Amino acid sequence: MYTQALDIPPGEQPKRTPDAVENAAYQAEFDARIDAGATIEAKDWMPEAYRKTLVRQISQHAHSEIVGMLPEGNWISRAPSLKRKAILLAKVQDEGGHGLYLYAAAETLGVSRDDLTEALLSGKAKYSSIFNYPTLNWADVGVIGWLVDGAAIMNQIPLCKCSYGPYARAMVRVCKEESFHQRQGYDALLAMMGGTDEQRELVQDAVNRWWWPSLMMFGPHDADSPNSGQSMRWGIKRISNDDLRQKFVDATVKQAEVLGVTLPDPELKWNEARGHYDFAAIDWDEFWNVVNGHGQCNVDRLAARVKAWEDGAWVREAAVAHADKQAAREKAAA
Amino acid sequence: MERKEWPLWEIFVRSKNGLDHKHCGSVHATDARMALQVARDVYTRRQEGVSIWAVRAEDIVASDPDAKPELFDPAEDKIYRHPTFYKLPDEVDHM
Repeated sequence: MYTQALDIPPGEQPKRTPDAVENAAYQAEFDARIDAGATIEAKDWMPEAYRKTLVRQISQHAHSEIVGMLPEGNWISRAPSLKRKAILLAKVQDEGGHGLYLYAAAETLGVSRDDLTEALLSGKAKYSSIFNYPTLNWADVGVIGWLVDGAAIMNQIPLCKCSYGPYARAMVRVCKEESFHQRQGYDALLAMMGGTDEQRELVQDAVNRWWWPSLMMFGPHDADSPNSGQSMRWGIKRISNDDLRQKFVDATVKQAEVLGVTLPDPELKWNEARGHYDFAAIDWDEFWNVVNGHGQCNVDRLAARVKAWEDGAWVREAAVAHADKQAAREKAAA
Repeated sequence: MERKEWPLWEIFVRSKNGLDHKHCGSVHATDARMALQVARDVYTRRQEGVSIWAVRAEDIVASDPDAKPELFDPAEDKIYRHPTFYKLPDEVDHM
């Protein structure tokens, strides 16, 4: 239940709310439940650091879905056919929906939607680095579906089993829908690869630009990811960044082959001993540059969100005024 | 940033007739009609439901998670409430 307050008569107030002070006995019980693979629900006691980590992660995830509508939304009016336009509209609408499932999950932890929105609009909150790259042509839309959503699925499937119930349930919904996103992208690219040389070049160019940013979506190397260990301990994170990245590379090589494109990495080759593909080093300077606000589209993306919020102000106000008026009328009639 | 957050509604969806409504998340809306409309867009884009309930979150009364032991543990030792407690002769055990 996502309720914000327990309706219990005064004097019978719960002794141990999720935000109750730290306590060794509660902590031990919480640790034991995590170890036993139990699910933590919204009103259960939880360590403050666990709560904060979840608020940060779930809200960043929600922001990413919302900002993620922008690069593709850019192409809705220029989709090459009515069929592709309908598909892209549905996909972008899904991204908005995913953002809303996740905001709802974050709100169970006692933060308000307005706080979360403000954190995004003020630039305080982070979102996925991938959305700060531009979508230059129609092939980019296909490649985003194939690679970006493909990487997102790799990242998100383990979250369906994370220890926090509302987040895990939201992720089950998200993952069910992501598969459509990846497949429609690959399908759009197959269509282009069956076209002219120029169209095939557009696809290859888009793959060249999106491949490395997609690999960066899994985050820093395990050794440079100091919070990963704690997240693993809490059952929020189930598989490490590097393991997920490797899984993604291994799964994608064959897909690139079938599509007829080359992944832009001369060092990419099968390693029999490891049973995995080896790949070249990632340019982490670029990653941190984008994360820290200096990517190609950081300024544009944030400006678009701020504009949407400001332009929508009158709608939000009008809806409240309408509801108030209706409520007053009903009261007068009663 | 101006703060006029819309009220929170909990959303329950019946996936098909014959099944219960099931909680699936929440939405913000200024009134009941808007809550149903938003819930329809957010939670039933792929025919996940045939009926939606929207309930103001503040109107829901929930049991105290801390009271779990006193509320639910007493049922633990009443195994005679389950059919498997009764060992019957093999010939009639499918009863």
